Amino acid sequence: MNIKDRIKSHILDTPPSGIRKYFDLINEMKDAISLGIGEPDFETPWTIREEGIYSLEKGKTFYSSNAGFIELREEIAKYMARKYNLSYDPASEILVTVGGSEAIDIALRTFAGSGDEVIIPEPSFVAYKGCVMFCGATPVPLELKAEHRFRIQPEQLEECITDRTVAVIIAYPNNPTGATMDYEDYARIVEVLRDKDIIVISDELYAELNYKGKHVSIAQFPEMKGKTIVINGFSKAFAMTGWRIGFACGHPDALEQMKKIHQYAIMCSPTTAQFAAIEALRNGEPEVRRMVDEYNKRRRVMHDGFNKLGLDCFEPFGAFYCFPDIRSTGLSSDEFCERLLIEEKVLTVPGNAFGACGEGFVRATYATSIENIREALVRIARFVERVR
Amino acid sequence: MRQEILDILRKNSRISDEELAIMLDTDVESVKAVIKDMEDKGIITGYKTLIDWEKAEENVVTAYIEVRVTPQRGQGFDKVAERIYQYPQVTACSLMSGGFDLFVVVEGKTMKEVALFVAEKLATIDSVLSTSTHFVLKNYKDNGVIFSRARKDEREAVVL
Repeated sequence: MNIKDRIKSHILDTPPSGIRKYFDLINEMKDAISLGIGEPDFETPWTIREEGIYSLEKGKTFYSSNAGFIELREEIAKYMARKYNLSYDPASEILVTVGGSEAIDIALRTFAGSGDEVIIPEPSFVAYKGCVMFCGATPVPLELKAEHRFRIQPEQLEECITDRTVAVIIAYPNNPTGATMDYEDYARIVEVLRDKDIIVISDELYAELNYKGKHVSIAQFPEMKGKTIVINGFSKAFAMTGWRIGFACGHPDALEQMKKIHQYAIMCSPTTAQFAAIEALRNGEPEVRRMVDEYNKRRRVMHDGFNKLGLDCFEPFGAFYCFPDIRSTGLSSDEFCERLLIEEKVLTVPGNAFGACGEGFVRATYATSIENIREALVRIARFVERVR
Repeated sequence: MRQEILDILRKNSRISDEELAIMLDTDVESVKAVIKDMEDKGIITGYKTLIDWEKAEENVVTAYIEVRVTPQRGQGFDKVAERIYQYPQVTACSLMSGGFDLFVVVEGKTMKEVALFVAEKLATIDSVLSTSTHFVLKNYKDNGVIFSRARKDEREAVVL
């Protein structure tokens, strides 16, 4: 028997992430600067780590209830109300997950199956497409445009919707573009979605990293709340990536079914992380502000730097990414990233790794020290001058 | 903007005015003006460098000294503090609440040099009742900077 013959075609056909190959290269380099990793460079704030350690010292090493500790869900409910003006019942409308990633997966598995279509605005986080394909459903890319600052336009959304559309994934502040959508932008797409039986999966992992105004969730529109699954987490906001903890909020009937997948596949989220997360919500906000202020300064330095090099970059007001247009160099995204890495030892990620329409752009993260950003810009300047 | 500039400078006073302007989304002239104003008003009193002397392999000994004094009529503690802080060996001097009055930081090249300074100069001042000298053996963290731990980027390549 050839084991490969036994593997399901929809798994085999799902391509691996295009980011990977560059990471293998950089691991062998000295003095390389990575603007590639989409992860905070801050350690988890000490007060949060300390609470995790304390829970272990006290021997709190047992499962929690499937949905997560009720204390944590209550804190999440308060947080969602306080920050985003969204009210959810801790008992029936909140599920603690293993990072936002699990929440995305189980939300899709709940609503999408064979023959269904899920709209994914691209360029996008690489996991959406894979998760949709694992469900046997078809991902339908909605091509976001730089001229719209990578915001979803109602006409575009309308064009993508068919009789088979079951869900649309919305993710702002956005990875990889750094784009945000404000209330008016949402109001225009709510017009399209209002009367349709389409689920919105709103990935708001970067909600805290918004450098202009307040984060808006599509669930704030009353007509959308009941059919929106809001996904959020601790990784980006509280620099807790390795803890693997996030959550989903939504209609109790939906959450009940998502919880079923969660309980059979996962049981419950890691409890050390849950204890730490309670502390994060109770006392972590000053640390979040400190990190956001720091990202904001770096953001301005990087954005200013790219534009001065003639790599046009709209001002990204969210997450921790810049998404400059590199077409003026005459190189493709892949060529740009590969040559920049080999010739100047700076890692960026080609825009097409996030969907075909990302071609011509690269993603650079400013979740690294200001010294690294400064040095990277010097090297990129040298590179760009050489290739032009 | 004043507070924002101070927040940045207290962590890195070598940052250029140009970069400050970019970080704060303003122009260089405004940054220069605000800094000048704070220097003139004595809000910014100087710019220093944090040094881990152990690594520099220079002999620098630091002692924290608790000083108990008799306050003087009409002048309180200010007069005696003034007599103490004028010495160049004294790098910091503060009036404290609690079990002693003045907290004095003294730097020297050797322990002996510092001890002699305390014995000969500080302890002999008229209103000084007693001194208690504590030598710094190792600095773990100073001015918000952790010395002992070199931070390295341990983030692994992950697909996202």
